[in-house]
Amino acid sequence: MRVLMFGWEFPPHITGGLGTACFGLTKGLSKHNVDVIFVVPKAYGDEDQQAVKLVNASDVPFDITDEEYKEFWSHIKYMEVGSNIIPYVDPQEYRRTYEENKKTGESFTSNVFSKHYEFSGNYGLNLMEEVSRYALIASGLAAKENFDVIHAHDWLTYPAGIAAKKTSGKPLIVHMHATEFDRSGENINQQVYEIEREGMMEADRVITVSNLTRNIVINKYGIDPDKVITVHNAVDHSMLQDVKNIKKPYKEKLVTFLGRITMQKGPEYFIEAAHKILQKDPDVRFVMAGSGDMLNRMIERVAHLRIADKFHFTGFLKGNDVNRVFSMSDVFVMPSVSEPFGIVPLEAMRSSVPVVISKQSGVAEVLVHALKIDFWDIDGMADAIYGLLHYQGISTMFRKLGKKEVEGLKWENAALKVKAVYESII
Amino acid sequence: MRSICFYFQVHQPYRLRNYRFFDIGEKHDYFDTFNNSFIMRRVADKNYIPMNALLLDLINEYGSAFKVSFSISGVALDQFAEYAPDVLDSFKRLADTGNVEFLAETYSHSLAALKSKEEFEKQVKIQSDKIKQYFGVEPTTFRNTELIYSDEIGAMVADMGYKTMLTEGAKHVLGWRSPNYAYTNAINPKLKLLLKNFQLSDDIAFRFSQQSWGEWPLTTEKFVDWLNNIDQKEEVVNLFMDYETFGEHQWAETGIFDFMKALPGRVFSHSNYTFNTPAEVSETLQPVGSIHVPYPISWADEERDLTAWLGNDLQDEAFDKLYMLEEKIKNCDDDQIKHDWLLLQTSDHFYYMCTKWFSDGDVHKYFNPYGTPYDAFINFMNVLSDFIIRVNATCGTNKEDMKDLKEMAEKLMDKVEDVAEKKIKSSTKRVKKTISQSKNIKIDDIKNMSNAAVKKLIKEVDINELTIALKEAGNEVKEKVIPNLNKKARKTYDELQQELGNIKKADLKKYQKAVEAKLKELFKK
Repeated sequence: MRVLMFGWEFPPHITGGLGTACFGLTKGLSKHNVDVIFVVPKAYGDEDQQAVKLVNASDVPFDITDEEYKEFWSHIKYMEVGSNIIPYVDPQEYRRTYEENKKTGESFTSNVFSKHYEFSGNYGLNLMEEVSRYALIASGLAAKENFDVIHAHDWLTYPAGIAAKKTSGKPLIVHMHATEFDRSGENINQQVYEIEREGMMEADRVITVSNLTRNIVINKYGIDPDKVITVHNAVDHSMLQDVKNIKKPYKEKLVTFLGRITMQKGPEYFIEAAHKILQKDPDVRFVMAGSGDMLNRMIERVAHLRIADKFHFTGFLKGNDVNRVFSMSDVFVMPSVSEPFGIVPLEAMRSSVPVVISKQSGVAEVLVHALKIDFWDIDGMADAIYGLLHYQGISTMFRKLGKKEVEGLKWENAALKVKAVYESII
Repeated sequence: MRSICFYFQVHQPYRLRNYRFFDIGEKHDYFDTFNNSFIMRRVADKNYIPMNALLLDLINEYGSAFKVSFSISGVALDQFAEYAPDVLDSFKRLADTGNVEFLAETYSHSLAALKSKEEFEKQVKIQSDKIKQYFGVEPTTFRNTELIYSDEIGAMVADMGYKTMLTEGAKHVLGWRSPNYAYTNAINPKLKLLLKNFQLSDDIAFRFSQQSWGEWPLTTEKFVDWLNNIDQKEEVVNLFMDYETFGEHQWAETGIFDFMKALPGRVFSHSNYTFNTPAEVSETLQPVGSIHVPYPISWADEERDLTAWLGNDLQDEAFDKLYMLEEKIKNCDDDQIKHDWLLLQTSDHFYYMCTKWFSDGDVHKYFNPYGTPYDAFINFMNVLSDFIIRVNATCGTNKEDMKDLKEMAEKLMDKVEDVAEKKIKSSTKRVKKTISQSKNIKIDDIKNMSNAAVKKLIKEVDINELTIALKEAGNEVKEKVIPNLNKKARKTYDELQQELGNIKKADLKKYQKAVEAKLKELFKK
């Protein structure tokens, strides 16, 4: 079986959960003898924007002596398309970022506390134009390549998926990793909503990453429940390096928030819970790792509550620093207001860190060894954190069993479910 | 003769390096050595070295008619010594002419005056020692960080023995009054105040190269005309400004050096002004009144208040958390901690956290190592978090000690309680015994009573009754009673002895009981 897959990022160029999930899924599929042509948009600077670059396994900076990777790369054909699509940005934000960048001429990655996405090139400032251009290239690809099914990840690639379907006549699967409602609350971008809806209407099957997302898709987009299937995400264990347990240089316990600092992730509830705990127990530190449009407001709030000597910010963390934070943490908290899945708590559990997660997250559907609270329930969150910090019984249990539980969540299994979806429509 | 009083502020902070969350508890080097030395060298070459040479030339040319004053923050002095010793030498050459006054301030250009008298005095002492060490003179005139002043700060400065202090001639404080006189502090009239003429000072410091300004370009002719336009009765024009004006804020290309080179000549030929130091001006001028400044003022921004350093949540949090350490550091003898403590107080750290980005934004951005006030805050708090850990581990009582202390106190309390309980028990026993004894006082018990008690008894009972009641008592009792009887009673007692044989048994009992009742009444307590 051969799949034409549209994504927008691939390791090691990762800005968030989606790239990790796509990589895990393609790897899982390769174990079940499914071949993948993986297409991603990428800015090439001054190169021809129509360029499609075939990336060889040898060009990808990975440890390919590993047999598993060799096997993987024999099943995948990886392509990059010249485009400026930026993940996790809505059209207005895209425009603002683009203009600001053009004005200052600075790279956004240069500042520790700035957003992390690489941006280079001189393409149009309209994100929708970019999406359309990507679709145009996709239809060209669809005519040239051989495949059995098309699989598109998140709205930016849906027009590409639809174009490929129209050109080739092959069935289309769209994969909802997040909906516009998760990203923007009730103030949705109508254009994005329309693209998501059209993608799902045109698709033969819709895969959602949790039942939470499945319900949104059915209730808010009016999609036929019969064609919406939930396949929970898993964890790519090879992506996570085992780090030596770093000894914390201070005696206080450390409670961690890690993620984009945006409305969707509920950072303000974490701060309020931290404030409550610090009033009772000053021997705790909190760290908010990540960046996003709410960062400055969060810094102001922490200063206002006068807890800035115990509540730290790191800015965006890359690679090994994420592992460092986990290895120092005593509790991890994900207070997301709306989280289609949420892979970070799994990474925390894998590093033997007990977690508190919001009931408004997809990952709450699959986890047993985690404390679950409503994102708005600050007292409940404070209780849960305090309990895990002070009551050894539960934290020891979570550390031991949580790790095992996560190790059972394999992409191989998730990929098998995806393969079954493919088979149902070929 | 009227005076022009020049005072130049020289200051460079020890800027913090990019200090990360992961460094907390691990690394204790806070300062950006590379950037600090780089900036120092750059300002030295563009500003300090050429301007010092220019002033030296003017002094050599005009002798005692041309004088200026400097306040050089201690952290700037130390950075000269470290990164630009040639600058320090050129200041020493200026000092040697005797035409230059050096003022006192806080060593680290801090805001300590707003927080703690003790800390403020300590830092001023460090600074004045430093000035003496480098320039051989002890300062007698004071200027606080950013000319920050209030009645209370002035009183503190007067208490330290300073005779003169400089501050801003802020409009909202002066009202209709002119800054061109000497004034006094409202609490302690011994302290004379010299006020900045902000109009003429800022014409040089800020507007000199501003082409949108109606008076641009500024010439010495024009400037001396303005000086001459000032009412003849007004006695002094205080021109206070950052020394970085010359070559750094106003580049050499703007002609600022030429302006300064030509100014004294023009003043001498076309006006009745001379150049004097603050100490000289203060010595000669009679103050015209006191000014009342209940809330602190400064020379910064349009508002001339503290909002460049304090007032938003970021600044207040950082400032308060820093000064919470003061008590602990007082009891600390770790030199590195004490030094870092001073450098973290430098006002610039709080200035970088300022969120007013209006007309003064450009000045605020000057040499600001941070992209945003939020970056400045996070970086400072990361450093401060590490510093707090060090202070708690090294200075005074830390929490661990407190826990031990608490445990010991608890044990002690337990012991005290045990002992007290035992004491209470034993004394209760004794009291009970005494009570039970006193309940059954018998005639026979008289032998154990004191003479005073016996006398009391004798006084209270009828002597006939007593005599009868004692009939069957033992000798010990009788011997106790008889010596205590007075003559008359003794006589009655002796007379009755013969008749005792006739007493009926029932009567004897009755009298015994009566005496015993009296005993109980008198001594049972």
